[in-house]
Amino acid sequence: MSADTTSAIGPVEGPAYDVDNPAPYIEAPRKRTGRTPRATRGNFEMAAWLFMRLSGVVLVVLVLGHLLIQLFLDGGVSKIGFAFVAGRWASPFWQVWDLLMLWLAMLHGANGLRTVINDYAERPNTRLWLKGLLYTATVFTILLGTLVIFTFDPNIR
Amino acid sequence: MPAGTLYRGREGMWSWVAHRVTGVLIFFFLFVHVLDTALVRVSPEAYDEVVATYKTPIVALLEYGLVAAILFHALNGLRVIAVDFWSKGPRYQKQMLWTVVGIWVVLMAGSLYPVLGHAARELFGS
Repeated sequence: MSADTTSAIGPVEGPAYDVDNPAPYIEAPRKRTGRTPRATRGNFEMAAWLFMRLSGVVLVVLVLGHLLIQLFLDGGVSKIGFAFVAGRWASPFWQVWDLLMLWLAMLHGANGLRTVINDYAERPNTRLWLKGLLYTATVFTILLGTLVIFTFDPNIR
Repeated sequence: MPAGTLYRGREGMWSWVAHRVTGVLIFFFLFVHVLDTALVRVSPEAYDEVVATYKTPIVALLEYGLVAAILFHALNGLRVIAVDFWSKGPRYQKQMLWTVVGIWVVLMAGSLYPVLGHAARELFGS
């Protein structure tokens, strides 16, 4: 109790009061301050929504073309066999086609099922396990399919 | 007695249900399909053996169902995009659904012979 004799209030947090600032300062309700989280949640859901539409348009072309070749033209499903696959994957065009179709369809489907899980699985544990299973299966299938397309060997035997 | 107090859904709701159901079915087939195609890395015989089951009449019927699901999901998906991005989309969503159903019926009728022809020949002789 020696130097603090000039102020009757003592140290206060925040701006001190004086003649020009006579009352405690209150922030505007929704003003961004140092305590506000930098981003509330990011735009993941919006990106997912947009991805469903963009990939959907591309998939209409890729998948319907795929169906036409595999199930409709040249005897339909009867012609499919190892030789037919080897003939198609000899061309980089069809490799890219199938690779793009694999990735877009898997991600499109995985995001669709994620939405379904979010809608119907109510218990946090159920959601966690279902999504864990979904993401595991999705990553596995995408990697397997990609590996198969890139390492395909027509002379395997 | 007020009529229709229970909402039984209209075009919008039922197309949403069908979109969801077909989407899930297609996704599950996709898993199986990537796995069966992966057999080309095992041996030509293993692959051809599994593909042989795809050529049986019963699976041919399933393939027709797959075509049905994919065609609906594709056409209705384009309708959803139109509802979202076309300024008049929401106003015409019902008309667009019936257009989707119409195109779907025509394409499904046209798919009968190409997809099921080989099964019919096997079952009833050529």
